[in-house]
Amino acid sequence: MMIDELSFAFSLVVSGLSIGLMYSLIALGFVLVYKATDAINFAQGEFVMLAGFVAAGVAAVEGMPILAAIIAAVAVMVLFSFALERVVLRPLLGRPIVAVIMATIGLGAILRGLPPLTVGGQTQSLSLPIGDEPFVIGPAVLPPIQVVGVIVSLLFLGAFTWFFLKSRMGVAMRAVADNQQVAMAMGINVQRYFALAWAMAGIVSALGGVIWGSMLGVDTHLALVGLKVFPVVILGGLDSIVGAVIGGLIVGVVESIAAGYLDPFVGGGTKDFAPYVLMIVMLMFKPYGLFGQRRIERV
Amino acid sequence: MFHREAGVFKTTYAADMALYPLPIARWAVAGVALLFAVVLPSLLHEYYLSIINLVLIAIVGALGLNILVGYTGQISVGHAAFMSVGAYTAANLAVRLDLPFWITLPAGGLMAALIGAIVGIPSLRIKGLYLAIATLAGQLIIEWTINHVPAISGGAQASIEVPRPTLFGTELKTQGQLYFFLLFFAALAIVATLNLVRSRIGRAFVAIRDQDIAAEIIGINIYRYKLLSFAISSFYAGVCGVLYTYYLGIANYEQFQIVVSIDYLAMIIIGGLGSVLGSILGAIFVTMLPIVIRWIVEGFGSYFFTASELAGVSSSARLIVFGSLIIFFLVVEPEGLNRLWRNIRNYFRVWPFSY
Repeated sequence: MMIDELSFAFSLVVSGLSIGLMYSLIALGFVLVYKATDAINFAQGEFVMLAGFVAAGVAAVEGMPILAAIIAAVAVMVLFSFALERVVLRPLLGRPIVAVIMATIGLGAILRGLPPLTVGGQTQSLSLPIGDEPFVIGPAVLPPIQVVGVIVSLLFLGAFTWFFLKSRMGVAMRAVADNQQVAMAMGINVQRYFALAWAMAGIVSALGGVIWGSMLGVDTHLALVGLKVFPVVILGGLDSIVGAVIGGLIVGVVESIAAGYLDPFVGGGTKDFAPYVLMIVMLMFKPYGLFGQRRIERV
Repeated sequence: MFHREAGVFKTTYAADMALYPLPIARWAVAGVALLFAVVLPSLLHEYYLSIINLVLIAIVGALGLNILVGYTGQISVGHAAFMSVGAYTAANLAVRLDLPFWITLPAGGLMAALIGAIVGIPSLRIKGLYLAIATLAGQLIIEWTINHVPAISGGAQASIEVPRPTLFGTELKTQGQLYFFLLFFAALAIVATLNLVRSRIGRAFVAIRDQDIAAEIIGINIYRYKLLSFAISSFYAGVCGVLYTYYLGIANYEQFQIVVSIDYLAMIIIGGLGSVLGSILGAIFVTMLPIVIRWIVEGFGSYFFTASELAGVSSSARLIVFGSLIIFFLVVEPEGLNRLWRNIRNYFRVWPFSY
């Protein structure tokens, strides 16, 4: 009995950790943009959904390798992010934060409305060639897609950490994030780094779209993954990559445990509810998150 | 009597704050009142009155949200949840205790104000994006709670049927009767807001919006006023929810989901932030839009889509038009329809001798 309890808890935690890392991947797109440009993307979930639709559309063509679908998704998302920065967000520079939030909410509405009109409302499948042999760690069983998700997430989180700490461009981007005017004075092309930040967010969303799309199926509900981004980034701190990872892991484990232990009593839905309760508590006591930089406001 | 001034000649604060700056304003208000109280209800068909009823309900909600977002500068993505609090409070009181609307309506508003102030507590420490996410959390948590606690939601499908409101012994059943019921509350909300924003409280709100730290330094208790703003705004939302419940005859959480919060934000952005007239114009615009889109889709949609696809088309088209309009107004005309109206008026003020 005791052993059963423990192994149930263990498998919940393992599954939560792997899902959590996949949340981190999507949250990374949010953090990258916020860190570099101070812009807030409430349409992150819709970005992921758009990437899923592109990948599924390309993969559905006869004889198309899955790699082509992934490359297409990345390319489209990068171009889309560029265009968004140019057309919508640049005119809003210097305006109140409410304006940026509402603009991305509006963008999200457009993106959710488009697929039913163009490719139809039915769920499309997007399968990666990874077999369906589940992966077993002790008592926990992980579907292969989650393992792929974990590997891709770790790869990218590592790559971005290296990029920001060591590469010349990464250092320049940190400078832009820290103080745009000083960065400009040091000869950094700020506009270009804004574009680069959006491009990186596009890449991350594209991969998130492929992975989440092949796990859940591609339809407009895929955008709901974006609702998990907020607890992740608030817990971790809005401008911290490490925070996005830790926040993702916490949210993954919390929702997995809540779903495992509470759902039988309250009739479902705790998965979407528990992370937000945790987030509210965090906002009350430590509003800048675990790793976020505390910003001091001056009049 | 019908003249307009050719410039700003105000010499006292009282003149600057007057509700009727010129005699013509009195006549305009009287004309609009006559139009709504006598002309429209006697000329229009029930169906059109039902649309106007929806607009009247939306006006109450939009005014409330504009007090919070437009005047106090605190963002809320959870307005629809406050409406649901009001709606379910009133529905429970009306069904279980058999109370009349003149008790359930303020009770729903007060309950929403209480919950709104609680959700607003984080605004004391955080603002901007953090507050947007906190209110989003409020929306999701309230939605979940109503949906999962049968004591509130009445069990099956989380919906409660409410009896029609009765006034002096008559049941308000037809759209025409409901029209006057709703018109009264919409007018009350408009007058209350107009007076609120030119009072001490309204000016404190505007000071907090423009620079909260500076406002605190000149002696405004920003904690008190931020919470007050959340409470007042949620009171409007709660009343709006109660009115909608009486209009539909049923309280259902699906009418108060996050999409509705975004609709109301769209209303005040399209109409104009920080403006009473803007809230009204935005409420009219956003309420009419889906109806117009449905007419267009029903009229022309069959040329592009098959009958089975057509059902989803108007809701998708609505999302796209909505999103585009929000972005368009934010980028091109941040002050919304209210500004467009002012531009038109200013053009004609000196017409035909503009120079």
